[in-house]
Amino acid sequence: MIRIWLLLGVVVLAGTAGEIAVTRAMKRIGEVHHFHPRALLRVLGRAFRVGWMWLGLGLLAMAFFSLLALLSWENVSFVVPITALSYVVGALMAKLFLGEEVNQMRWMGVLLVVLGVVLVCAG
Amino acid sequence: MSIAQRLHLKTYVLIVLMVLFGATGDVLLGKGMRESGGIALKSAGSIVDGLTRGFHNRLVWMGMGSLIVFFLCYLLVLSWADYSFVSPASASSYGIVTLLGWMLLGETVTSVRWLGVVVICVGVLFIGHTPPRTTQELE
Repeated sequence: MIRIWLLLGVVVLAGTAGEIAVTRAMKRIGEVHHFHPRALLRVLGRAFRVGWMWLGLGLLAMAFFSLLALLSWENVSFVVPITALSYVVGALMAKLFLGEEVNQMRWMGVLLVVLGVVLVCAG
Repeated sequence: MSIAQRLHLKTYVLIVLMVLFGATGDVLLGKGMRESGGIALKSAGSIVDGLTRGFHNRLVWMGMGSLIVFFLCYLLVLSWADYSFVSPASASSYGIVTLLGWMLLGETVTSVRWLGVVVICVGVLFIGHTPPRTTQELE
């Protein structure tokens, strides 16, 4: 059982940290204004030269393979509602590491989304 | 159109695209993997075998294409919008997947599941009432 909770921790923490790192990389690139295919390719080229992007993708890969292993031992209806905690951890990490303002309204929204995901999976 | 309005508009358009391509990708990938026999999570060999069979399925490729578009939209929107705005707002895909499954695949959806979809939508509405960007550009 400890193995399962440890892996759940890896899925939530590594997955969220990976997305935060990817966000940091994209913030370093700056706001995209042009959506022409050639301009988008240039944006991607620049994004993949930022270290945060590779760190983020590595963490996301780690979370993905942990999820795959978890799903081989436990039911989706057990695993997915717990991984919905990522929304709460994500809001906390975004506040701490990206300096985002998470006001009461946004917290309410995040908590409702978590509750909704749990209900969808339980249903 | 003011700068703030333009920011709102392009954020919403990209989140809608993320939700549509993400949900379509998940449904196609799920259907394709089931069609090709699925992955038996027994050993490394059986996982590789399942993946190889999956790569010969047209729906799996369409699903992956859809998910690549999803990821591109995700990266683009994160270049200006808050992660704590985009990530929970994209949870509306749970609603879209449920709706697609019910309408196109004739899946039975329990009332608890519908309630979950409604709660997610209310949550996303709450998040939609906060500003999409609360930080300044890094450079």
